[in-house]
Amino acid sequence: MSQSLVLVIVEHDNQTIKSSTYHSITAARDIISAGGNLHLLVAGSHTAAVAELAATIEGVEKVIMIESDALEGQLAEPMSSAIISVAQSYSHLLFPATTFGKNIAPRVAATLGVAQISDITQVIDEQTFIRPIYAGNALATVQNNGNKVVVTVRSSAFSGATETQSPAPIEEMVVKNIPQHSQLKSQSLTQVSRAELSSARVVIAGGRGLSSGENFTLLENIADKLGAAVGASRAAVDAGYVPNDYQVGQTGKIVAPDLYIAVGISGAIQHVAGMKESKVIVAINSDPEAPIFQVADYGIVGDLFEILPEFDKALA
Amino acid sequence: MKILVAVKRVIDHNVKVRVRADGSGVELTNVKMAINPFDEIAIEEAVRLKESGKASEIIAVSIGDIGSQETLRSAMAIGADRAVLIQRPADMILEPLDIARLLQKVVINEQPDLILLGKQAIDDDCNQTGQMLAALLNCAQATFASQIVMDGDAIQVTREIDGGLETLSMPLPAIVTTDLRLNEPRYATLPNIMKAKKKSLDIINIDEMDFSPLGQVKTINVSEPKKRTGQCTILSNAAALVSELQAKEVI
Repeated sequence: MSQSLVLVIVEHDNQTIKSSTYHSITAARDIISAGGNLHLLVAGSHTAAVAELAATIEGVEKVIMIESDALEGQLAEPMSSAIISVAQSYSHLLFPATTFGKNIAPRVAATLGVAQISDITQVIDEQTFIRPIYAGNALATVQNNGNKVVVTVRSSAFSGATETQSPAPIEEMVVKNIPQHSQLKSQSLTQVSRAELSSARVVIAGGRGLSSGENFTLLENIADKLGAAVGASRAAVDAGYVPNDYQVGQTGKIVAPDLYIAVGISGAIQHVAGMKESKVIVAINSDPEAPIFQVADYGIVGDLFEILPEFDKALA
Repeated sequence: MKILVAVKRVIDHNVKVRVRADGSGVELTNVKMAINPFDEIAIEEAVRLKESGKASEIIAVSIGDIGSQETLRSAMAIGADRAVLIQRPADMILEPLDIARLLQKVVINEQPDLILLGKQAIDDDCNQTGQMLAALLNCAQATFASQIVMDGDAIQVTREIDGGLETLSMPLPAIVTTDLRLNEPRYATLPNIMKAKKKSLDIINIDEMDFSPLGQVKTINVSEPKKRTGQCTILSNAAALVSELQAKEVI
């Protein structure tokens, strides 16, 4: 199978393309490095602007666009059905390993009767991939022997594709009779003006040690100076300090920034699984025995309420 | 309403796993096993629905070797009414799609109105089975649920998504996979553990099921991830940290 035909499913919000898609495109380009073609699929209720943007990404040869009111809210059942309508001719279907991709990819794979490989972090060849298991405590090399490869791509493991000057052609497809089971009732999105957690170059994250949601402003001040995103441990999310989409960990977001600053985070396995690929890790914690110091490059043992203002001042 | 809950026996989440030297997998012998934490949340949610009068019967189902009986007993100690084990040989490898195909047979047999699963198992970290089962049954799915509300013949499920939360309404039967924030599972009390021993546990041998594994995904090797240097430089103050980070050119 040296001539792979790869389709990347674009994650978007009707206006912009999520950064996760750019990372998935890099994984797709790794797959076709032995020969093949790369197409993107933009499916949704408002796709024109997104498709034009998608067409400018480097390495993309064609953008397929499926626009339908039935895809409003991008729910799993209609989206799977739309994707399956074009899937047959492709050897590979790639989704970002975000809540968007994880929700839809297995449904598509099962309908096609093929396996799905989750959260790949490396492409060995067109059929072989590396993925973490046991919260990242082991790496499995897996080979797909089915007649189609359906994978989700861990963003933090691949660089983001860039844009080019010569846009690829856009082909609009009409799909009729898209089934709808569920209805979207409401959506509440967290408004964040800072860098996006999963693609930020610097992340500063707080844990239970912050003691309250208000104290997260201490992190936000520093984040603004560093151009960083703010994250949190599960403990901080469960305590209600910050919304759940701040969570870094096995069951939250997986990040691999250049610099990760863990403040008041003990370093449970679950959390470390989400950040241990960061280039430089800093831990600020009052407990010198905290497991976070085992993965940190730099540490300060002490009261975060004294250290954070100092840190803030030292950056000025 | 009848609820089916799928549970998996996994290495206890507190255990530090060891990769076998021959790269064949992780060490499972003499390792503490437990119910997958997300599945425990699914059982708890089913029990709460029953306690609020919304559900009449809770069936726990597991696919695994003989040891999975223990997992089903824990599910019944939390409050499942009865259990079904599809017993496979200890060395049989099943992929999420195989599990979904087997669960589909159980669903056809039991006709539940609601099927609850954990969003992922903490061993393979796949996050696939619920979605695959929904595809095979061609029914609605709600993954990463943090709230479930019964609404007559429909359910409303609040899902955790990357940007925040969203709420879906869907007809039954439906598949819901649980996120950590859905509930706090109760501890099984000793009297309930004793009672669970008397509840019915049907064991079906996989050989009797007209089923063969797909074998589409082959694990070639399992290895240890690259270790971090493990050298943490302890600094005395924030100013020293800032100059170190500047020297490293990360800020």
